[in-house]
Amino acid sequence: MEHATKPHTATEGVAPFTFSEEAHAECRIIISRYPADHSKSALIPILHIAQAENNGWLSVPAMDAVAKLLKIQYIEVYEVATFYSMFNLHPMGKHVLEVCHTVPCMLRGADDVVAHIEKRLNIKPGGTTADGLFSLKTVECLGSCGTAPMLQCGAKYHEHLTTEKVDELIEKLRIEPKRNNYTDR
Amino acid sequence: MGRQLLLEHIDKPGIRGLEAYRAHGGYRSVEKALKTMTPEEVLEEVKKSGLRGRGGAGFPAGLKWSFLAKPEGVPRHLVVNADESEPGTFKDRYLMEHLPHLLIEGIIPSCFAMGANTAYIYIRGEYFYVSRILEQAIAEAYAAGWLGKNILGSGFDLDVHVHVGAGAYICGEETALLESLEGKRGNPRIKPPFPAVKGVWGRPTVVNNVETIAAVVPIINDGGDEYAKIGIGKSTGTKLISAGGHINKPGVYEIELGVPVEEFLNSDEYCGGVSGGRPLKACIPGGSSVPILPAELLFRTAKFETRLMTYESLSDGGFQTGSMLGSGGFYVFNDTACIVRSTWNHSRFYHHESCGQCSPCREGTGWMEKILYRFEHGLARTDDIDLLWDVQRRIEGNTICPFGDAAAWPVAAAIRHFRDEFEDHARHPTKVKDPKHFEKEPMKRVERSYAG
Repeated sequence: MEHATKPHTATEGVAPFTFSEEAHAECRIIISRYPADHSKSALIPILHIAQAENNGWLSVPAMDAVAKLLKIQYIEVYEVATFYSMFNLHPMGKHVLEVCHTVPCMLRGADDVVAHIEKRLNIKPGGTTADGLFSLKTVECLGSCGTAPMLQCGAKYHEHLTTEKVDELIEKLRIEPKRNNYTDR
Repeated sequence: MGRQLLLEHIDKPGIRGLEAYRAHGGYRSVEKALKTMTPEEVLEEVKKSGLRGRGGAGFPAGLKWSFLAKPEGVPRHLVVNADESEPGTFKDRYLMEHLPHLLIEGIIPSCFAMGANTAYIYIRGEYFYVSRILEQAIAEAYAAGWLGKNILGSGFDLDVHVHVGAGAYICGEETALLESLEGKRGNPRIKPPFPAVKGVWGRPTVVNNVETIAAVVPIINDGGDEYAKIGIGKSTGTKLISAGGHINKPGVYEIELGVPVEEFLNSDEYCGGVSGGRPLKACIPGGSSVPILPAELLFRTAKFETRLMTYESLSDGGFQTGSMLGSGGFYVFNDTACIVRSTWNHSRFYHHESCGQCSPCREGTGWMEKILYRFEHGLARTDDIDLLWDVQRRIEGNTICPFGDAAAWPVAAAIRHFRDEFEDHARHPTKVKDPKHFEKEPMKRVERSYAG
């Protein structure tokens, strides 16, 4: 229910983080969109890139790298990363299933979709399967009420869900080699 | 179906691309505004059109633009609010996904009128894939000379950038949006100063909804007077309505303001009636923040006048017997829906999304969620209804931004119109523990009289 939990402060076993060349170039483009003395504005878009580069979550080293890139204090990054619900502060499964459960989706059966995924993957919302393949999240309105119930996985919206469609999606994702990120093109 | 000013060409093949968009008359308004009009004339047309902000508050757009401060040497900005997060609303996503060039076209004369040379489209993070569509369209527009330096030889320069958020409902509030655009937490600012004086990076800024900016295109093309002829009274033009919930044909519909609510809900042109052949129980006509209307108040006002899809008619009767047009998130409940459950769901949403700045909202939304949880899980007593009423009353009007009001109104309206349902929940704790209790046995509702 809370906005975000504590940042994952463990340093042991957390991989160090550097931006790939490609990502670094993209960050430069993003920074150029804002006035030179207000490059902090690029923070949220760049955190998205960092998250995609860091297996779908923001570790402390990843957030620190963003702070250094934008030449701002670490805390300025932490306070933003903990505010927005799309930033994960813990390691996530490879495929994150985010099911909308706000009223318009609820009216059209979102609770059944959540219950089905819970049973199928044997996890609760907020949990990750033992093999690290799937995480389940319940999220608030994703602006897809006309095509409810729906879930988001990476950048993609999966709409008009039925239990069959959910099963199909899970089987498809099981064999997908690549992680789904919000930043996918 | 009424006139389609925005969505007329939406099913044309390839309309997402510049070529097809241009072939269907796209960017005419830019030619007209930049070649034949002055910025003041563009502003005048928008004022004459009576266009009201389509994001929810319904503030006249031309008036908002005219408040823009113009200090020497300070750049001004237009920020398009595409942080559409109001539950029940999905019109902006539909518009941007299918007609990205319509938004870009609207931005150009708008910025021309404001004297802004940089515009930002703040889009919610969940719509990342839509931001890609917009970026693609912006690149096409640059290549074709609709954006960039010296557009159409007019000497007017304009850059448009897309900025993605990261999942926070509160960033739809304009000052929270500006904070977020500056790379901070989305905490709303105290007004005044208004964004028109001190907006993003302390510069004069206009924040407008996607649909508002898109509506500038037909206003420039046909003239403000022509636009104002559509609609009734101060509700001019067309409005996109996102229809969802228990209806046969969910989707986005462009209506001429003034369509009767009954026609909108039951006609096959629009929603196609309540789904499942069940009786109508209630409707939220303008997104989750507006008061819920019970069936007997949806088609007729308390004065027995026909209820219309306009700003004025939907709010007729105030909060006692009316609601609001809001953002146009129209969702319907049939008799299997549990109002207590949906109110709990709404409160959970507001608790989750409260930014935490003001105590009445931060704490109050949590208390409301907990009390409503008790009702829905068979743990409440009847006097909890009064407790709930008391909590919502203490949030409304006591917060920096309208979020607190938006959290309180749905709870107040649910108690006002569906008190018997809350009482039923308190009296039959074992029955209501089953989340599908109303699907199995819809509750008989005593029709109340609101006359007088």
